[in-house]
Amino acid sequence: MVRAITVIRPGMLTTIQDLGRWGFQATGVPVAGPMDEYSHVLANRLVGNDPGAGALEITLMGPELRSDMDVTCAVAGASFAITAGDRRAPMHQPFVLHAGEHLRFGARASGARASVAFAGGIDVEPVLGSRATSLISRMGPFDGRPLRAGDVLPIGESDSMAAVRHPHAVGSVAALHMPTGGAQLRVIRGPHDRMFTSAAYATLFTSRFTITPSSNRMGYRLEGPRVAHVDRADILSDATPIGSIQVPASGQPILLMADRQTTGGYPKIATVISADLPVAGQLAPGDWIEFRECTRDMAAGARRLRFRPLEPRRS
Amino acid sequence: MIDFTILAAGDAALVVQLDERIDPALNAWCVALSERVRTELGPSLRDTAIGYCSVTVYFNPQIIDSAWLEEEICAIAESIDAPDATHGAIVEVPVCYGGELGPDLTDVARFAGRSEEDVVALHAGREYRVYLVGFIPGFAYMAEVDPAIAAPRRATPRAAVPAGSVAIAGGQTGIYPAVTPGGWNVIGRTPLAPYDPRRPEPFLFRPGDRVRFHRIGEADFQSW
Repeated sequence: MVRAITVIRPGMLTTIQDLGRWGFQATGVPVAGPMDEYSHVLANRLVGNDPGAGALEITLMGPELRSDMDVTCAVAGASFAITAGDRRAPMHQPFVLHAGEHLRFGARASGARASVAFAGGIDVEPVLGSRATSLISRMGPFDGRPLRAGDVLPIGESDSMAAVRHPHAVGSVAALHMPTGGAQLRVIRGPHDRMFTSAAYATLFTSRFTITPSSNRMGYRLEGPRVAHVDRADILSDATPIGSIQVPASGQPILLMADRQTTGGYPKIATVISADLPVAGQLAPGDWIEFRECTRDMAAGARRLRFRPLEPRRS
Repeated sequence: MIDFTILAAGDAALVVQLDERIDPALNAWCVALSERVRTELGPSLRDTAIGYCSVTVYFNPQIIDSAWLEEEICAIAESIDAPDATHGAIVEVPVCYGGELGPDLTDVARFAGRSEEDVVALHAGREYRVYLVGFIPGFAYMAEVDPAIAAPRRATPRAAVPAGSVAIAGGQTGIYPAVTPGGWNVIGRTPLAPYDPRRPEPFLFRPGDRVRFHRIGEADFQSW
């Protein structure tokens, strides 16, 4: 029998993600991947999967799913009230969803997105080596679209009870602290720092910006005091890493996120560090952002501190 | 020897930046650097991306020390001689110009103060270099369009430009690989698909390729 999970209701925006479609940016293929990579890896680890296994990313309002078989699940990231069948299920701990039961997501206390992993991983056919959904390029599982009611998700083979019998050493202590209302994000200057005035950096580092409603997985359009260029506000197109803060002529920054395009023509004043990208991924329209400068050395230290809990440990 | 600087784009990417201008020699150097970096440092890297005059190297900072990587990239960059910009693969692209398939040919002719025939002759009459592939999978940014027909982007972008549309924006020309919003002037359409995941080689264009457009009739377009 095929192991599968059926989407009963899709929620606000539910997509399949893995760690991204790397290796093809020189031919214009966006990376995509989870908005909060930390929680994606944590959810997979909790059910005994590889960090890069296919999992769901759910947004603000979660889906309703039905499983054809007993399967171990874990949810990490934004804090949802979860029911498996008629039982309350925990965040950040593996639990079992039995054959025929529904998995439901209710009220959300904090954060914007959660990763939902199933033991064995979501085993859709990879496109260019990846199961990530790129909404912007319509690439990946289900032709790169959000999931809909009736979609059937194949689940890989796994000793699905192993994670419940022997919970991984990671647990609730490893959960990412969810931002409420906004967050400070650390950035490294550049790469186009010569195109901005020192006043622009003063503005960037001392102001509070708000995420506008026209924000999505591709990027957050920010509203706040104008960030001024030295003169021009365009460059010959170059690469656009996740976390880049683009500033178009309007002076209103755009923070590029997981579903960004591969290249762009706006200068980039600074880049959010890897340690803080998962936090950025938990923000939603209406939330505030304050940027704080840090060095490459500080970024390395912050990264080690952030990701250490995800390293495999023996229990 | 080409002058370059290496910039940090956060803690997981380094940018090798050249003088900012559209120059086949600079772009050829970028293509050569990207290939060398992929070949020699491949296992350490996540990806490379090519801009008009830059190469961005993506790495996993949990595995790779960025100072070490910067030195390695610097050593490779210093060893690259000015490559021959005319060595790219040649891609022949049939185009049915004008009419319903090229609704903006009239506007470009008006911009140029010439006939539609002249615009087609000027567009198809030269070879273009693929400087970068970006925006969406397979979209090649090619240059340089004859200044006489280099019409700027349309004031109001179209909500949906059909796949295969051949278009001009200033000195650049390109082909839309998929239906997407777009503001370039659409002067024709090709039956070729710049990106087709079912092909063994899904991508028609790579940075450094040389592209030649040639005119086909509507009957040829339909039966291609």
